Amino acid sequence: MGELVIRATVNGAPRRWTVAPGDLLLDVLRREGYWGVKNGCETGECGACAVLLDGEPVNSCLVFAAQADGRRIETVEGVAAGDRLDPVQEAFLDHGGVQCGYCTPAMILVTRALLARTPRPTEDEVREALSGVFCRCTGFKKPVEAVLAAAARLADARPAAPPAGRKPARKAAAR
Amino acid sequence: MSGASPPSPPSRRAVVGRRVRKVDGFKLVTGRTAFTDDIALPGLLVGRILASPHAHARIRDIDTRRAKALPGVHAVLTWKDVPRVPHTTAGQAWPEPSPYDTYLLDSKVRFVGDRVAAVAAETRAVAEEALRLIEVDWEVLPPVLDMEHAMDPGTAVIHDEPDATGIRDAARNLAGDIHTHIGDVEAGFRESDLILEREYRTPRQQHAMLEPHIVICWLDADNRLVIRTSTQIPFHVRRQVAMILRIPVSRIRVIKPRIGGGFGGKQEMVLEDLCAALTLASGRPVKLEYSRHEEFFMARTRHPQILRLRMGVKRDGTIVAHHMRVLAATGAYGSHCTTVQGNTGSKVLPLYRAPHLRFDCDVVYLTTPQAGAFRGYGCPQGYFAQESLVDEIAHELGMDPIAFRLKNAIRQGDVDELSAQLGEGKKGLPRTIRSCGLPECLEKGAAAIGWKEQRNGGVRRPGRLLRGVGVATTMQGSGIAGVDFAGAFLKANEDGSFNLQVGATDLGTGSDTVLAQIAAETLGVSLDKILIYSSDTDFTPFDVGAYASSTTIISGGAVKKAAEKVRDDMCCFAAQLLDAPPEDLVCRDNRVFAPGGKSVSMAEVAVHALYKEKTQVMEGASHFNTDSPPPFCATFAEVEVDTETGRVRPVHLVTAVDLGVAINPMQAEGQAEGAVAQGLGYALAEELVLDGRGRPANANFCDYKIFTAKDMPKLTTILVETEEPLGPFGAKSIAEVGINGVAPAVANAAFDATGLRFRRLPIRPDAVLAALGGRR
Ligand code: FES
Ligand code: FES
Repeated sequence: MGELVIRATVNGAPRRWTVAPGDLLLDVLRREGYWGVKNGCETGECGACAVLLDGEPVNSCLVFAAQADGRRIETVEGVAAGDRLDPVQEAFLDHGGVQCGYCTPAMILVTRALLARTPRPTEDEVREALSGVFCRCTGFKKPVEAVLAAAARLADARPAAPPAGRKPARKAAAR
Repeated sequence: MSGASPPSPPSRRAVVGRRVRKVDGFKLVTGRTAFTDDIALPGLLVGRILASPHAHARIRDIDTRRAKALPGVHAVLTWKDVPRVPHTTAGQAWPEPSPYDTYLLDSKVRFVGDRVAAVAAETRAVAEEALRLIEVDWEVLPPVLDMEHAMDPGTAVIHDEPDATGIRDAARNLAGDIHTHIGDVEAGFRESDLILEREYRTPRQQHAMLEPHIVICWLDADNRLVIRTSTQIPFHVRRQVAMILRIPVSRIRVIKPRIGGGFGGKQEMVLEDLCAALTLASGRPVKLEYSRHEEFFMARTRHPQILRLRMGVKRDGTIVAHHMRVLAATGAYGSHCTTVQGNTGSKVLPLYRAPHLRFDCDVVYLTTPQAGAFRGYGCPQGYFAQESLVDEIAHELGMDPIAFRLKNAIRQGDVDELSAQLGEGKKGLPRTIRSCGLPECLEKGAAAIGWKEQRNGGVRRPGRLLRGVGVATTMQGSGIAGVDFAGAFLKANEDGSFNLQVGATDLGTGSDTVLAQIAAETLGVSLDKILIYSSDTDFTPFDVGAYASSTTIISGGAVKKAAEKVRDDMCCFAAQLLDAPPEDLVCRDNRVFAPGGKSVSMAEVAVHALYKEKTQVMEGASHFNTDSPPPFCATFAEVEVDTETGRVRPVHLVTAVDLGVAINPMQAEGQAEGAVAQGLGYALAEELVLDGRGRPANANFCDYKIFTAKDMPKLTTILVETEEPLGPFGAKSIAEVGINGVAPAVANAAFDATGLRFRRLPIRPDAVLAALGGRR
């Protein structure tokens, strides 16, 4: 089988990988040490493998690695600045949004994508965004609270931002 | 002895009772390597299992020559290659009360998905190609799929092997049975003014933990077998694998890394034996995991049951007699069969203090996926039936369902004698209720749901969308009385930190945090000073594992004892520095204080002990209880029934739970809320469906629905704290109890909205429509 060389930016750093045409982005990322990308089903149903591709959540088990060529990938490993946690990560810890933690990387990334687009989401918008990520532990109350708290924290941190929007939910989610 | 100092009052506690962050949270939010699969091993092979396509068949012959010849294949195992040791996969304390009816590999298969053979190869593709090359000569036997006919004469016998032990009556496919009573129910029925008898049916639910079962095994430099596995029961796994592979326990090390959820599905040795066998056969590291599809039917499920309940009451609402008859299916193997079903009786019936109780139960084998432990452990089935029936009786009597429950519920000071009759596979111990916050749970929960305002009254009103509210009261246990036990070990470091080593298994519940909080509070240090390490059979003390809502009370009890000993040791050394008697010293804020206010830091004490006195401060302790204090729960549901679509939509779920003292209220709420999510699935959506040949029809997340962020209703969680004398700092448990009341509360709310009773789970739109139609 012919091999491909692809180039992508992962968490800001350029990467060059040799992959087979059928390799899934999920498997390649894990192989390359991005262990935060989780496999929960491998069939695009659970969202545990979500990463951001050019800022949009995708289920990396539904994407061939080859499709990531030339694109920008963000995984949970890139969220904290060294030891300093991002406000989304802080909020998930402070609000009890993490239990087993298997869904947590995906939840955090999907939240980041949501807040980039909709800095002050409504609870419904948060639920819509998180609905692509399955969680069997939390019942979602605390993750939703964490996202809302992170949004408030981030909004407070940048007072120059335009006023909070309350537009109807946009299609988001790692589907 | 400073241990004589009185316990700190709750208000003065620095760590226990606080909503602190998870001690292991950093690695989880940053995606650091934590889980079983987050490891790169040179030479790692991929294991795959050849699953039976037949529900019931004998393997006349099996030819693996072509598979073995395939380049890249390092091991192919069938029953011919491995020891035949009857065992149970149930993760229970030895001697296990489950039948020994399972084999590493066998010449007979008993469900679609049963193990036929296993392969280890360089890649998954090669392993799967090798599976296709295995040739099996089948003798297909009749499947046994209907639990109501499993014991009929002439039915195929599922366990006809001669070497199984502990099966009640293999020739009748009867895995186990339970018959017990207190008082005389027939006499009780004669005294009753109203008797209702109803039948309830509950489905096969799948755990669907987000991380499927996974194991990696290798041989270390000393040729010992290392098993890195996502398990709730590392010490049981070590014992079981040693027995099955006939190698000494001393040759095995089981490491439990981070677990991605378990819910009882990992209270079971599911893949470890086979993965270990592949490693021994190939000499190479092997990874064996279930795909999501396999997880649905090759792992474990909740036991489906048919329950027939008969209850007699006086006109004033006093319950006189209750007879519960249960028929349950354990599937192909009997793991947890009598213990789960025993709990259906022992943890459900005694909630109401009727003088006459009777429990009769048969657990049958079927050629279906294997049932096992699942959060609630028999109680969700029993409570769905009991709480539905109680609701119906209250309605018949014209009594408020809350008042009816309060009138009959067990209370502080009561002794539950049924538990004495129904231990884990043997006689148990009576259960004394030393703390009970159930009345407060009902009162606060009713206020939160708006009980008075939202009650519709069980009549069908005009309109498309009908709303109603319902309630259920439940209890559970906190560990298995007289069986569960745990060890803990603590040692002091020179900077005033302490290593806490426990065999307890955090499966995502937050028990590492709770145990660290208990240690920190006892030692008078801040939480960051406790370095907890859990579950590695080489490096931590024994623990039966994480199940039966035991960790906080049992493992926490061990931690508290060990910490008290270490605190006393630290005080002895501090006494030398402070020139005061050790018994007068107090530990708090990372320091040791003398009565005058003079103090030294824990670090100074530790340095003194280590370098001056040449002593490592270190202590271990074990703990068990002879009673299992129940947490109590009142679950309230508000639902909306759509009469056009038949959909029952949960609107608001309230969980008011008496968990003793909450060591970490934030985590405790999280346990309750997660239990509600699983309970709603059980009530309304989740069922592993089998076709007429025993094949799974919906083994994926598209066709097997679990509740997502968008599906979940508003949740209110109310922690009702009581002081439990048997628990560390007054704690009981929280992990399981919250699931028990969800389905009955939803069903009772659906009745309140429509006037229709739903006695079969899950309550699906087609059943609702049929029932509504029948009334038009
Ligand atoms: S692993 Fe489940 S969606 Fe990709
Ligand atoms: S925290 Fe376990 S799956 Fe979400």
